[in-house]
Amino acid sequence: MTTMLSVEGLSKTFTLHTQGGVRIPVFAGLDLAVAAGECVVLNGPSGAGKSTLLRAMYANVLPDAGAVRVRHQGRMVDLARAGSRAVLQVRRRTLGYVSQFLSVIPRVPTLDVVAEPLLRQGVARAEARDRAADLLARLNVPERLWALAPATFSGGEQQRVNIARGLIAPMPVLLLDEPTASLDAANRDVVVALIAEAKARGAAVVGIFHDAPTRDRVADRLFDLVSAKAA
Amino acid sequence: MNLVATAAVLDDDPPLLSVRGLGKSYGGALGCRAVSFDLWPGEVLGIVGESGSGKSTLLNCLSGQVAADAGEILYRDRMGATADFLTLPEPKRRALLRGEWGLVHQNPRDGLRLRVSAGANIGERLMAQGARHYGDIRAEATGWLSRVEIDTARTDDLPIRFSGGMQQRLQIARTLVTGPRLVFMDEPTGGLDVSVQARLLDLIRGLVDELGAACVIVTHDLAVARLLAHRLMVMKGGEVVEAGLTDQVLDDPHHPYTQLLVSSVLQV
Repeated sequence: MTTMLSVEGLSKTFTLHTQGGVRIPVFAGLDLAVAAGECVVLNGPSGAGKSTLLRAMYANVLPDAGAVRVRHQGRMVDLARAGSRAVLQVRRRTLGYVSQFLSVIPRVPTLDVVAEPLLRQGVARAEARDRAADLLARLNVPERLWALAPATFSGGEQQRVNIARGLIAPMPVLLLDEPTASLDAANRDVVVALIAEAKARGAAVVGIFHDAPTRDRVADRLFDLVSAKAA
Repeated sequence: MNLVATAAVLDDDPPLLSVRGLGKSYGGALGCRAVSFDLWPGEVLGIVGESGSGKSTLLNCLSGQVAADAGEILYRDRMGATADFLTLPEPKRRALLRGEWGLVHQNPRDGLRLRVSAGANIGERLMAQGARHYGDIRAEATGWLSRVEIDTARTDDLPIRFSGGMQQRLQIARTLVTGPRLVFMDEPTGGLDVSVQARLLDLIRGLVDELGAACVIVTHDLAVARLLAHRLMVMKGGEVVEAGLTDQVLDDPHHPYTQLLVSSVLQV
């Protein structure tokens, strides 16, 4: 089994300087390794630090101690210590992230929002658009919306655009923050199938799923933050 | 396609620009102090901070508008030679500013010649680079007008008759026509209506991506920084207090001042 992502001795405390220097410890000394083709679901009640851990894996949050290693083009890169350019390259080629909400870019049509990660990998525009169209169709985003910027879409439509953007490039490591939260049953099934396909091609997946039936369908194992912190 | 941005190397190729210990004081009053950073091709660096933080002084020093009194600005030119901009002979500095470097002023009136036509504003920078064929220059100028979404029927109009948003787009076309490798922008959306800002931001984002130019953008607007910049430097009292990837700095700010800035933005 090839480890694609590992977290070693990871600790994070937020210090709120604008609120009297309050310190909020989130977790300390976490260890986790995720293999190719495996889906690990982060488990624990609200406030347990699931999202913070996921964001630390994406180097969006910087840990106070510990390492976040990602297998990037054959070697492990520690995102907690890598420079900005290295992190951007790892994100462009290796590490995908589906956030809870779509951050809308003014005026950019849906099709291009979805195609962008492929363009950044050097895929030709026509092919990237074709693949974006296929994925949007699969996620039941009506074709009449593809030429529009997603700012005015419903929450569920925006989330499906966001998922399409996050999953279009075949990233070796995928981080998913509640990708099915605002979806109906049919679209949830599509996302579950997309995750299964990513695993089948060897992607390592780490996700947060509040909805228990979905969690049970995608997870190979759970990583419990409460017991990990107590350990 | 921007080959540099898609190159699959982690290894450090040399930066385009290396700034070391840059400083400027105005007769005892601090402009900026001990600023150091590297910039690579295709990268957009945002400089954020409030009025008086030193961000405009820094940009003015970098772009040769104001003489820095400490430090180095090492620039690797198109031929691969590296030199300190601060000690370059004046003709070479001017040549850089006319071609490989571009500067977009906050107020388009500072970057345009308002009493010559829109087409001539663009053509002038080409001519300064040695272009002489009228037909080619005009074709290039109208091409750039449509790229910045100005009706080409207005090629011969004076920019003084343009709206603020159009003037800013014209200034961007005038700056980018020479294919600069390094572009400085000072609050490019400042003073424009919000609806016009979105259009301009989208345009800047696309053009910078297409040209693969390195870019330094000064802004006090964190939303603008998030949209355009790969990396951010936060300035306060003339010094850089925090620097990092844009989303790291904005989502997990460490310095008290950055936390204050981020927490002061109204959510819409």
